[in-house]
Amino acid sequence: MSAVERRDAPTRPTAALSIAVAAGGAIGALARWGVDVAAGGGDALVWATVAINVGGSALLAALPALALVRRSAWWATALGPGVLGGFTTMSACAEQARALIAEDRLAVAGGYLGATVLGGALAVAIVHAMVRRRPTEPGGLREVRP
Amino acid sequence: MTPLLVVLGAVLGGPARLWTTALLDRPPTRGWPRGTLAVNVAGSGLLGLFSALALADAAAALLGVGFCGTFTTYSAFAVQTHRLGRRGVAYAVTTLTTCIVAATIGAVAGGALT
Repeated sequence: MSAVERRDAPTRPTAALSIAVAAGGAIGALARWGVDVAAGGGDALVWATVAINVGGSALLAALPALALVRRSAWWATALGPGVLGGFTTMSACAEQARALIAEDRLAVAGGYLGATVLGGALAVAIVHAMVRRRPTEPGGLREVRP
Repeated sequence: MTPLLVVLGAVLGGPARLWTTALLDRPPTRGWPRGTLAVNVAGSGLLGLFSALALADAAAALLGVGFCGTFTTYSAFAVQTHRLGRRGVAYAVTTLTTCIVAATIGAVAGGALT
């Protein structure tokens, strides 16, 4: 049984997996905070969120390429829902879009959402195609449940 | 101090997302990832509320950046959208629209409270 199948099975996550996502989430959130601080404020913060979400989505799509992630449910959870789930964020995306719309900056809001959605979709599609093309181990590459 | 508060919020938000998605996205999940949708909508509404309340820096780091930021996720949403194929368009549009509406409701509620 692969790590992914094992992780799909339980309805309630084990304590070990909860710790994995807490530890990974802390690292991801700290990294996101660091990017935000580096961006400063204003519109740079908005584009920092685009970079975080598009970059994090690409990395999540790339995780199945790691043998460690395919072998271990703990590491798959720590790095996927943990680090990358904590690094990327939907709430900041929604709140920043709401604020731009409320300020009547509709063109910026449209560009922001378009860059996020199309950038994320394109990044995942490209990485997914690259990961699938890699030679597989016995049993083949399996997708990591995000 | 701020990084510690971000970590504290994340340590709560990450497992809360894991448990919610595990509960709502029971395999075999052929339809939409309802758990991811639920955490994203709820977290967006909360962040809209917190932003309108103009929290002190420490509370914003804990609740906004730490908790809401980690409770919600974009990467899972993007990978799941890709996996849904053609049906992903409706999932993506629904998620984004609902999250922005939730943030707006939160902001209006926060505005009324202050």
